[in-house]
Amino acid sequence: MSVRDVRKSYGDLHALDGATFSIEMGECFALLGPNGAGKTTITEILEGYRRRDSGEAQVLGIDPARGDRVWRSQLGIVLQTDRDLGDLTVAEAVRHFAGYYPDPRDPDDVIDSVGLTSKRRSRNEKLSGGQRRRLDVALGLIGRPRVLFLDEPTTGFDPEARREFWTLIDGLKAEGTTILLTTHYLEEAQHLADRVAVISRGRVLACDTPDRLGGRERSSARVSWIEDGVRVETQTMSPTTVVLELAQRLGGDVPGLEVHRETLEDIYLSMLDDDRDEEAGESA
Amino acid sequence: MSVSAASSRLPGTVAIGRRRVSVELKQFFRDRNSAVFNFAFPMVLLVIFGSVFGGQEVAPGISFAQYFVAGMIASGVLYTSFQNLAIAIPLEREDGTLKRLQGTPMPKASYFIGKAATVFVTYGAQVVILVAVGVAFYDIRLPSTALQWFTFLWASVLGLIACTLCGLAFSVVPKTGRGASAVVTPIVLVLQFTSGVFFVFTQLPQWMQVFSSLFPLKWLAQAMRSVFLPDSAAAGEVSGSWELGLCAGMLALWCVIGLVLALVFFRWTKQGTT
Ligand SMILES: Nc1ncnc2c1ncn2[C@@H]1O[C@H](COP(=O)(O)OP(=O)(O)O)[C@@H](O)[C@H]1O
Ligand SMILES: [Mg+2]
Repeated sequence: MSVRDVRKSYGDLHALDGATFSIEMGECFALLGPNGAGKTTITEILEGYRRRDSGEAQVLGIDPARGDRVWRSQLGIVLQTDRDLGDLTVAEAVRHFAGYYPDPRDPDDVIDSVGLTSKRRSRNEKLSGGQRRRLDVALGLIGRPRVLFLDEPTTGFDPEARREFWTLIDGLKAEGTTILLTTHYLEEAQHLADRVAVISRGRVLACDTPDRLGGRERSSARVSWIEDGVRVETQTMSPTTVVLELAQRLGGDVPGLEVHRETLEDIYLSMLDDDRDEEAGESA
Repeated sequence: MSVSAASSRLPGTVAIGRRRVSVELKQFFRDRNSAVFNFAFPMVLLVIFGSVFGGQEVAPGISFAQYFVAGMIASGVLYTSFQNLAIAIPLEREDGTLKRLQGTPMPKASYFIGKAATVFVTYGAQVVILVAVGVAFYDIRLPSTALQWFTFLWASVLGLIACTLCGLAFSVVPKTGRGASAVVTPIVLVLQFTSGVFFVFTQLPQWMQVFSSLFPLKWLAQAMRSVFLPDSAAAGEVSGSWELGLCAGMLALWCVIGLVLALVFFRWTKQGTT
């Protein structure tokens, strides 16, 4: 799955301004960015819903603008918002959509895997926001997709539901499902994704594994400790060596030892800051 | 999984269409709005008009109630097809129903199979309810000849097809799902007033008769009168006959017009979302 230099405008708003990335089969890829960054736009171009103005796009070797039934039967789509199917029950909805696919999963298993077994006979309109979202995920999974799209799947989840959802996604990853996930939760991207693309204003600012994003593994660390009653700190590229030396010099346990590396969050926020400065520069 | 293996095992249009019929009917009968619009409202109209004017005669031996039942069954075609679809589809476009379906391997034809079947089933139910109330309280006589039953069948089928297609096309007109009934219901009401449903057709002003002759409801109502009124009542029509050939021709013409309009105008997505 890939996009190359994709552009898309709504009137004179450039929602996508030359987005480029590619996703390997079996990979879990996160699009991370603030609201309005263009995550939904790019996801829906890949799903075949929206037309790009220019650039290349491919999913399972096919241009999404020309996808046919066979192609669609291999995708699972969870849209950002859905309020349909209110008059059906959870079980009815999941069973119904199972009938659209050549090799569906077992509806009861899917309902169980998203944790809705106790709600299977409830009308969908009566589900809470988080339960409703899980139904959407169930409908995305039912066709045993090779590629699963999840547009902000955990918005509105409480922390426990989010953990359960992460476990579910880990299971799908283990089965080899390719996943494109959008989120504005950094920890979600960090936990789930093999690679993360940070996007803002329709462009990919960085694309790498969570560990290496923004040169994180190469950035310096701050080591601080207490010596003679005062806190001392030093900035270093090799914190391990520094700590070993300290331990030798101070003979055993280093008092008040702290090693701090830039977190993914620090890097993400500084990327967005830089991008905002650039935007201000452009419009000045 | 190879592509050809997947395509050979994809469920067919009719198989998925059958599933659509079953969920469409479930959703329809569980939705309070559609129950009110399709069953309660026509019944209430029949009771009101039947109680107020039912005893009056539109011709010797023919009660207004008998005349009105024919008109309400013709209106039933419009309610269950045009009005239902033109109100329900904008809502489906808004709440994500159509978008979800577009993202699945469902053939588009399966969706239309589901809609059409729902239209036919609800029409059947509505006819049964209207006739039952009419027979029970207003002394309505059922069609007595084979020709009358035959006319009932073709008029219903042609009318349902024409108005279903028009409903699909018209579903792009309402700008919001919630506002749809405010756009659609007045159109149906105006047609009912001008096509000889609420008033005896020959008593309407000439210009109104000409206006309604352009649309299907007038011809449907006329054909339904030939079904529910005795043959002698044909003398009370504008031309002195039922003009069944012309009725069938006009309804068939509207099937063609409806098909063209639906093909040109029907949209799966809301404008400006692609
Ligand atoms: N259908 C549309 N019409 C006009 N503008 C749109 C439309 N969809 C999205 N936009 C605009 O494009 C930008 C990107 O939107 P979106 O892709 O939804 O971002 P995200 O999903 O990252 O929040 C936003 O500024 C949004 O307002
Ligand atoms: Mg979005």
